Amino acid sequence: MSADFLYGIEVIINGLMAGVLYALVALGFVLIFKASGIFNYAQGVMALFAALTLVGIMEGQVPFSHLINAILGTEIHDFGWEVPALLAILLTLIVMVGFAWAVQQFVFRHLVGQEPIILFMATIGLAYFLEGVGDLMWGSDIKTLAIGLPQGGSIWVEEFTSGLGGDGFYGFFIDKLDMVATIVAAVLVIGLIVFAQYTKQGRAMRAVADDHQAALSVGISLNFIWVLVWSLAGLVALVAGVMWGAKSGVQFSLSLIALKALPVLMLGGFTSIPGAIVGGLVIGVGEKLFEYTIGAPFLGGATENWFAYMLALIFLVFRPQGLFGEKMIERV
Amino acid sequence: MKDTVEPYVTADGRTIGNILMDMRNITLRFGGVEAIKNISFDIREGEIRAIIGPNGAGKSSMLNVISGFYNPQEGEVWFRGEKRPPMKPFQVARQGIARTFQNIALFEGMSVLDNVMTGRLTHMKTGLLAQAVWYGRAAKEETQNREVVERIIDFLEIQAIRKTPVGRLPYGLKKRVELARALAAEPKLLLLDEPMAGMNVEEKEDMSRFILDVNDEFGTTIALIEHDMGVVMDISDRVVVMDYGRKIGDGTPDEVRNNQEVIDAYLGVAHD
Repeated sequence: MSADFLYGIEVIINGLMAGVLYALVALGFVLIFKASGIFNYAQGVMALFAALTLVGIMEGQVPFSHLINAILGTEIHDFGWEVPALLAILLTLIVMVGFAWAVQQFVFRHLVGQEPIILFMATIGLAYFLEGVGDLMWGSDIKTLAIGLPQGGSIWVEEFTSGLGGDGFYGFFIDKLDMVATIVAAVLVIGLIVFAQYTKQGRAMRAVADDHQAALSVGISLNFIWVLVWSLAGLVALVAGVMWGAKSGVQFSLSLIALKALPVLMLGGFTSIPGAIVGGLVIGVGEKLFEYTIGAPFLGGATENWFAYMLALIFLVFRPQGLFGEKMIERV
Repeated sequence: MKDTVEPYVTADGRTIGNILMDMRNITLRFGGVEAIKNISFDIREGEIRAIIGPNGAGKSSMLNVISGFYNPQEGEVWFRGEKRPPMKPFQVARQGIARTFQNIALFEGMSVLDNVMTGRLTHMKTGLLAQAVWYGRAAKEETQNREVVERIIDFLEIQAIRKTPVGRLPYGLKKRVELARALAAEPKLLLLDEPMAGMNVEEKEDMSRFILDVNDEFGTTIALIEHDMGVVMDISDRVVVMDYGRKIGDGTPDEVRNNQEVIDAYLGVAHD
């Protein structure tokens, strides 16, 4: 096999793994949108907040330490202990569930039955609020997330595949972190599907996504389900935050990954979990392949920044409901 | 308290028991409009109770009060001998009151089986974490609930469409699936909002038969709203007649049929 062809395959594999991360962020959107019709602009900030909280808890930081010090004149910054990664993840998850509850209790409970645009505006407010709270709680400096995820290229894969090509081919370069992320995302997605399909709460969740009135009539508490989906979105945000945070540090720009989820959603449809996954993969592979075959050689590179949005625009013209979304038909 | 009343046996051999639901002086307002004006009536265990009246009489509002979708401004709702505080619809459902809707509210994207299974949600006790930890217990519960559901699906003769997504079914079958879902909850009180609206004669006969069978086999108490007078008079034990939010008649079909006010409301009355 020619080296060019093999590089193409390597590009596709890397694209797929990048796509898994996009899909992960998009999944958080889909969960909330399906169950409550809310387009959650704050999903990206939730990922940032989850990652910040995880780092903060692991390093034994005192939350709101700047605020406390400023008010009381003390000089405390950390507890002086370090929390093991697994326990910290668990604690972060509890924080995210608490956040989900608070969001429902203090914001969306009071906005039931409002126009979608109003709900959307509320999530914008929520995004800025959460960003501020994140800063205040854990400080605004860039943090490294060291929960022991492997870094760098996998030597094993490189050696194993180096025999495939000729002299000019040194084997596939696959990032170990990407591999881990792919596995974790796959487990998470399968877990979510099993949950939705086979548990009592999952069935109730699907029921609420389908028809609120009917759900009420069979004894489902909408409030409970909404807290549940925000918690699940929090879990997805945590996983996305950890993976992206481990890759490029925990900093404000992490919240911008939400913007990458938008084209994924337009491609896959806002209401489809499989759509979010396929959409993520298509965009991941598409942008890497486009860069490799057309972008870098002919357009001067850096096409990854805009390719996804262009693809989404084309989709908006020809198939606005996305690949898997429900077609909106208005009967007259 | 008029909770204890003499049980009696109907002509076709069913026993009508105590008062199950007692609506006392219910008044419901939307802004300045009184949809229900000081209405009292009761529903007794084992009976089929109809609420009839011209369009806009407040029948659906009354059903919505019973099922907790509306909370009345005045009056008391007594269920099983206890006064019911203002409740959300899902809490009412958990008390054992199931309902269907005039404009069918089903989970269109889910299969018939899944739809009917949602009716069992109030009977599922295993919690979220328990389901993850004791998989066996959850599986056992699921099996038990499936048995109940399959029995109801057989009963309503919808076996052939068990796996079909509800969105693809014709109107008459959707109505039947909705009934199946309500029945799956094994309700103490079943509320049917125009179960035969928009049906042809054959479908109406089927539905009447199912309603009678449900009442007969499971002993389910049923309160229903219906426009088709022939059907109502045939299947119900007692009838409440509403007009402009007021109660103008209450009694057996024969009593109601001969009530002058009811005749006036339905046929119109000459004003001189």
